[in-house]
Parts: sequence; C-alpha cells; structure tokens
Amino acid sequence: MSTAPTPYLSVQDLKVHFPTPDGIVKATDGLSFDLERGKTLGIVGESGSGKSVSSSAILGLHRGSSAQVSGHILLDGVDLLELSNEDMRKMRGRDVSMIFQDPLSAMHPYYTVGNQLVEAYRVHNKVTKKEARARAVEMLDRVGIPNPDKRIGDYPHQFSGGMRQRAMIAMGLINDPGLLIADEPTTALDVTVQAQILDLLQDLQREFNSAVIIITHDLGVVAEMADDVLVMYAGRAVEHGPCKEILTHPEMPYTWGLLSSVPDVSGDTNARLLPIPGSPPSLLNPPTGCAFHPRCLHRDKVPGDLCRTELPPLVVGTRIGSHLKRCHLSDPDSIYESEVLPEIAPDLVDEIVADKATDNAADDAEGAR
Amino acid sequence: MLAYVIRRIFVGVAMLLAMSLVTFTLFFASPVDPAQYACGKNCSPVQREQARKALGYPSRGEGVWESNIKGPAEMWGTFAKGIVKGRQFPADEELRKAAPENVVDCAAPCFGYSTYSIRTVNEMVGEALPVTFSIALAAVILWIFFGVLIGVLAAVTKGSFLDRGIVGTSLFLYAFPSFFIGTFLLTYISIKWSLYPLPSYTSIADGGVGTWASNLLLPAVTLAMLYMAGYVRMTRAFVLESQAEDYVRTARAKGLATRKVLFKHALRAALTPLVTMAGLDFASVLGGAIITESIFNFNGLGKLAVSANTNYDLPVLIGIVLIAGAFVITANIIVDILYAFIDPRVRVG
Repeated sequence: MSTAPTPYLSVQDLKVHFPTPDGIVKATDGLSFDLERGKTLGIVGESGSGKSVSSSAILGLHRGSSAQVSGHILLDGVDLLELSNEDMRKMRGRDVSMIFQDPLSAMHPYYTVGNQLVEAYRVHNKVTKKEARARAVEMLDRVGIPNPDKRIGDYPHQFSGGMRQRAMIAMGLINDPGLLIADEPTTALDVTVQAQILDLLQDLQREFNSAVIIITHDLGVVAEMADDVLVMYAGRAVEHGPCKEILTHPEMPYTWGLLSSVPDVSGDTNARLLPIPGSPPSLLNPPTGCAFHPRCLHRDKVPGDLCRTELPPLVVGTRIGSHLKRCHLSDPDSIYESEVLPEIAPDLVDEIVADKATDNAADDAEGAR
Repeated sequence: MLAYVIRRIFVGVAMLLAMSLVTFTLFFASPVDPAQYACGKNCSPVQREQARKALGYPSRGEGVWESNIKGPAEMWGTFAKGIVKGRQFPADEELRKAAPENVVDCAAPCFGYSTYSIRTVNEMVGEALPVTFSIALAAVILWIFFGVLIGVLAAVTKGSFLDRGIVGTSLFLYAFPSFFIGTFLLTYISIKWSLYPLPSYTSIADGGVGTWASNLLLPAVTLAMLYMAGYVRMTRAFVLESQAEDYVRTARAKGLATRKVLFKHALRAALTPLVTMAGLDFASVLGGAIITESIFNFNGLGKLAVSANTNYDLPVLIGIVLIAGAFVITANIIVDILYAFIDPRVRVG
C-alpha cells in the first residue's frame, strides 16, 4: 500500500456549534475534506448551509466568540485548532487568507487601499513602509489595476466594484499564502466583471500554486473554477467529489435541485427553471433523518420512511470511488436521467441517449467479434 | 469645500437673524411690561414713560400692546443696527441730550444695555463667558475621555460581569439629576467631609492654570457625569456595531493583533458619530450650565440667564439666547467641516 501524499489542507470532522438560549445551533456538523496545493475546492450550498461558518473556522475567526469548534484542521500538518490565539493570528493572512463577498464593506472606508495593503504586508513581514508600499504597488499591478502607484492612494469608494475586488485579492495574496479562501468573491459584482475576477483568481492560483476554497451558491462559478465540489446542506456535506462527476452525475436530490435552479441562457427554452421548494431548515431544530427530506421530491422512492428516520451516511456513490453522497436512494443516476434531466436540459437527454446507443453499438460490435 | 463653508456661514448668519427676531417677538408677546418692571411698583405714568424711553422700547399705549406688530420689528431693527454699528444708551436721544454725562457707548457688536445692572450686555456676557467656557471645557474633556474609555471597555468585555456593571452604573448615573450630584459633591465632599476645597472660579490670569483647573474639578465632574453616562452607552453601542462590520472581520483575517483591530479599525469608525455628538453637546453646554453654575455659585452664562430671567432683564436674556444660539450654529458648521476630515467619503464625494 503506497502512502498517499499528505494533503496540504485536511479538515476532519469539523464541527462549529453556537450555543444560544434556545439550544445549540449546529452550523457545521462533521465536515471533512482534503485539498492539495494548486487545487480548487468549490463549496456549494444555500444561505445558511454552513459554508461561510466552516471557512471562518479554518481562519480561526470564531475565536473569542461563543462558538464551539471541534475536529481537526490540518494545514501542512499543523492542527490549526490546537494553536494558541497568538500563533493562529500569525497564520492568518500569511498562510491562510480570505477574500470576502462584498469588497465595499470588506475594506475599511476610512483608510486608503494602499494603507490597508501595506498593513496586511507589514503584519507578517519586518519591512519598512517604503518596501511594503513597493510590494503593495507590485500586487495591485499584478491584479490588473492600472496606474497602481497612483491608485494606491485612493480610498476604496473611489474604486469600482471590480477594482475593489481586485484590490481585495491583492491584499489576500500579498503574503503569498498557501491557502486562499474566497467567500462568494463574485456575488456582489456585475456579470461581466465576474468572469474577469474568476480568470484572475485562476491565473494567480497557477502562479502562486496555492490551494483555493471557493465558496459560492453559483454552480457556474464552480464549473469554471473547481477541481472538486463539496455540496453542503444544513451544516453537513451531502455530496462531494470531482467537479465534472458531480455536475454530470449528481446523486443527491439536493444537488439536482441546485442544478435545476440554474438558468441556462443559451439553452432550450423548453427547459424549466425549477426552484427547490421550501426553505433551508433551522439549524437549531434540524429535521430528523436526512435534513433535506422535507423538501425532497424523491423521498417516497426510498422504502420504509427511512429518509425521515435515519440520517444517511456519507458513502461512495454508484459510479466512481471518489464520489461521496449522503442519500438513501438506491439508483439515483437513473432517476436523474429519467426524471430530472428531461425537465431541466432536454437536449442533454438526447446526447445521453445517443451516447448510450453508440456505447451499446460498440459493445455489440465487440460482442460480435 | 471653501464654497461649502462660505455657504454654511451665510446660512448660519441668516439663522441667527431669524432667531433673534423670534426671540424679540416672544418677549413682546409676554404680558409683562418691562418698563413697569424696571421702574418699580410705585411708579407714576410719567416715570414709566421715562423708563420706557431709557430702555428704548416703543410706546405701548394704554393697557394693551397696541403696537404689537410694529414693536418687536422696530426694536429688532435697532438691535440689529446696534450689532453692526454700535449704539449709545439711553436709547432715547432726548434723554441723552439731557444728561450727556450718563451716556454709555456700546461699540459694535452691541448686544444691548441692562438698565437693571447699569452695564452693557457685552460686559456682562464677557465676564460670564470665560467661566462657562472653563467649566464646559473641563467637563467635555472629562466626559469624552472617561466616557469613550469606559464605553470601549464595556464593548470589549461584552456580556461579562464588568460590562453589565458598567451599563448598569451608567444607567443609574444617567437617571440622577445633576442638581443631586452637584449638591452631593458640594455639601459632602467639600463642606461636611472637607475632602476637597470649596471651589470658586479663579481665572488663569489670577491664579495660574493649576488653581484654575483645581477649582473647576467639582463643577466639571457634576456636569460631566450626566453626559458621561450617555457617552459610555453610545460608545459601547457604536463600537459593538462597528466590530460587526465586514472590514473589521477583514482586519482580523489579515492577522492584525486584537488591539490594533480594535483601535485602528473598529474605534475609528465609531468615532465619527461620537465627534458629532460631542461637538453639539459642547456647544449646548457653552450656552450655560444653569444648574451646575447655580449650585457652585459660578458666575457663568447660565447663572446670568437665571438672574436676568428673575429680574426680567430683557436685553441680557436676548443677548444670552443669541450667543447660545451662535455657539450651536457654529458648532454645527465646525462638526460638518470636521466630518470631511474624518470621513474620506465626504471629502471627495
């Protein structure tokens, strides 16, 4: 048995619980994933599914609050949850950094962009202001801000939305961190700017060879960026695997619902936009069994009321070993192809049928030989 | 920016003019005849007319204010002219000719002449203002320093025993009227227990900075206590609010030390509303800390206003109202200009 290389980031059974007067809110309840350097993990889910809470836990941002964080977060072999507050502070921004959703509110309105970048650099590097400034100009130039030596003296409100997010990215990468967490980095931006920002992130990831976690509810972003996808629901992973596999052969009805909710501008107008009925559950009193069962359209296909009574474990899916799912359905792939896909992408069904036909023909041909 | 400041100053002056006109009208609407008041109880109609002329009030006729409309407008005109050009008292020219040795010159800006005190309003206000200014300055330093400090402390330890204690105590102090605190400090601390010498106002010129400041301590504490309680609670709220801001989370995510996150990032944003409040509160205290000055017998604007009110000394009252108003308007303008320095979004936008 060959020892697999230790992943750069390994999250094991991460739990983030918030005690409240009404009980414990289990924002993240047993999350595990690995991430290599140079790879991108997309975490997908609705608001309140625990995406941001989990990533804040990696940065140790829950320290000093009432949150109870347990499990292991191994970054390059070091368990971040066992570090002292001061050691964790030193990791922040240097080894792990984060880009937030709304760059206007995430940058301090009273300080210049340059001031904030310089500050981020000087926390972790003993350099003069002049050297830090040069580094800040270099980073602003790298993320594509024109005239960086002039714009460095601007305040965030003098930047456009896209430029602000570029500046945030520059700030996130100024210390060359091994892990970059991007929390909905394009949600607050224009569609035209979104693509530019995603391209920039990809370029920089290649250049810095960092691991990237991209948190989003936009499957388009995932398809563009991610190597792996982790779908979260009610604080737990419900589906996890390689991006292409998850997007083409999802095995969990919640993922189907997410896919159905994506509008396809270029696609067939017969395709329907099907929202997931209901709303995300309260994490204070999550539903029994599978947390998704009250909204699941396919729960009747599972015998014996199992969805309501028993939480399905995260198990290997029906197709490949790296595909994990948390669902009781025994034959999800065929349900997806026969019931879900015709509704959301009728043209894809034809392709699959054609694919199968050629497969069969090939099999037949082989059999004939 | 300059155009903005000039415009604000113009508007401020216009507001002052309007305010003085309203003040005049209000005083004329009162049922008391100031001439009768100045003249005394056993006053013949002739003497009363004499007094009226000396005061410079228009003739009232018999019984009612027949010149109600004309009276205040006319008086206000004379008053406004006095501010610009200066005046001479008594207001009536015949009276001045009859007794030139009694004529008082009141140079511009002349706020009037108090026949009750036989002095110009400018002189009286000029004496009272430094007293009030000293108390207000000492109080504002105390309440901002301790208010913000304790407020930040409460915000940082939110939910703890200390925080609850601070919030509770400040509510408790907030509920205490300043005459209680002032009387307590004066009667017990100064007189009965002799813990602190009885304060009496000494100007810097007379006793130096040390004596000046030490005499101000008790009145300033009295005045500051009430405001401080409010500032503790506001600071706490503002800091808690800004600690929840995204940019404070960014600051933490950068790896900044907790202290730097608090003081450079969170407190910076919380200071903006505090500066606004402090500017306006300081201005309103400058208009006279009536209760504090009365308790400690400091002859400031507040005490002057009280005695002018008791004696129906209209010129003094009008002068004080105008000066207090001018402080508030000026403070407003200064705060708005300060805003541009504090908040870059205002500066450029």
